[in-house]
Amino acid sequence: MITFAPLKFANKAQSLENKGSMLRIIACVSFILLGQWTIAQHDVSAHTTDTLHSAEVVHADAGEEEKFNPGEMIMHHISDAHQIHFIGQLYMPLPVIVWNHGHLDVFMSSAFWNGFDEHGELQFKSYTATSGVTYENHHESIVVASAEGHDDHAASHEKPMDFSITKSVFGMLFIIVLMLIIFRSVSAKYKKGGATKAPSGLQNAIEPFILFVRDEVAVPSIGKKKAGRYMPFLLTVFFFIWLCNMLGLIPFLGGFNITGTLSITLVLAALVFLITSFSGNGHYWGHIFWPPGIPFGIKLILVPIEVLSIFIKPTVLMIRLTANITAGHIIILAFVGLVLLFGQTSAVAGYGVGVGAVIFMIFMFFIELLVAFLQAYVFTLLAALYFGDATQEHHHEGDHH
Amino acid sequence: MEGLLSVSVGTVFWASIAFIAVLVILKKMAWGPILQTLEEREQGIANALKQAELAKEEMASLKSGNEQLLKEAREERDRILKDAKEIGDKMRAEAKERAAQDGAALLANAQREIETQKKAAIQELKNQVASLSIQIAEQLVKDKLSDAEKQNALNSKLIEELKAN
Repeated sequence: MITFAPLKFANKAQSLENKGSMLRIIACVSFILLGQWTIAQHDVSAHTTDTLHSAEVVHADAGEEEKFNPGEMIMHHISDAHQIHFIGQLYMPLPVIVWNHGHLDVFMSSAFWNGFDEHGELQFKSYTATSGVTYENHHESIVVASAEGHDDHAASHEKPMDFSITKSVFGMLFIIVLMLIIFRSVSAKYKKGGATKAPSGLQNAIEPFILFVRDEVAVPSIGKKKAGRYMPFLLTVFFFIWLCNMLGLIPFLGGFNITGTLSITLVLAALVFLITSFSGNGHYWGHIFWPPGIPFGIKLILVPIEVLSIFIKPTVLMIRLTANITAGHIIILAFVGLVLLFGQTSAVAGYGVGVGAVIFMIFMFFIELLVAFLQAYVFTLLAALYFGDATQEHHHEGDHH
Repeated sequence: MEGLLSVSVGTVFWASIAFIAVLVILKKMAWGPILQTLEEREQGIANALKQAELAKEEMASLKSGNEQLLKEAREERDRILKDAKEIGDKMRAEAKERAAQDGAALLANAQREIETQKKAAIQELKNQVASLSIQIAEQLVKDKLSDAEKQNALNSKLIEELKAN
């Protein structure tokens, strides 16, 4: 199964692109990653008894080791991590890249793995990198191990700059590669078919969404004349968010929560902020710093609010996307937790609750499919509205709200 | 990472690089050509629609022209038919009249001829009767005058008759 997956992927990649050297690299990388994974598996099984850190610590904190903690399970799934957890004891390691006092240490996160405890939880140990610094995976945050031994308190650890390819970053890169493959092939079809040939296949599937972003989002918000300038960003953002949201909905694929990761939505929102600010014309800035037709006294109150709003707008974009996607994941996981929680008291209760929970989960999955699209749309639409606001030229008192 | 709401510098770093890279690449590789082709296609469709409209109008005008022609042709045909009928009727009437006249003339001729022939025949008959009568009279006279007595008697009778006159 481990070797089968990349082989299949590589084959598919070959059929998609004949000269896709990029794809071959990806296939090789996945081979290496999964190869590492198998080695790590051996490593881990070699010392299963030598348990050390996080997972155990959490259990110790909880007091009762037996008790299943749904909150913890949910947080584990929606939080970013240094490995991808598929199902059971199937983990995929990811590269850890840390910058610590001038040293760059790169190693696979499987170096931290230390077998599984009796509940099947992954255990962690410290790892001494080639630079001689010993690192620990402390609740999925890479820290330098303190000299006085294993301290549980995170505050006492020194934190290096963590540039690791985490689960979210990996998922994001995967989506980006997927986007490059999809849109390269679609674009090639457009170039080949020209304007006279009717769209077909993947091109036909993608085209409505491109037209949707152009005709329903960009043109009404920005205006026909200037919309073209923002189209590449809006299209990229739209498809990026949508595909990332969709990836997060695929079960047993590591439970990606890319658009629910604040760091990633922060980047998207920051780009919206930068584009808005740089494309803002005199009219836009004039309205912020010196709103016309308003008494001086009110201006004193209004200007700070307007200034704040230029930061608030992208911040809200960022939080809305993160919160929506995370909330969806939490709800679905809560149902899973419900089943597991009842299953702990008795198997019958577990199965009983399971039936209802599965129905609700299916319902939620459909809602989430909608939300995945909706959030991509909302983000794109609001970004387009901000751009439109920044580039608006002719001002009519009547239509300004 | 610690907690859901924290921001990781590394993730921000990778996300910035990756997103800007995909933005630039897709702008060059995909969005440009795709949007351009879509624009071209829309223009093409708009043109095609306009041309179709024009063609439709042309067709309509052609059709009305055709109808006009057809109408005219029909009227022409009707007129020709009517004329032909009129001429035919006239000719027939004339022919009839002429035939009647000819018939009448022939009849008159025939009657005249018959009359002439009849007259001639009557004349002939008269002549014949006269000559026959003369012959008979001759015979009778011959017969009567065969002896002198009878001849005398007759002469005396004739003289008597003449005397009476």
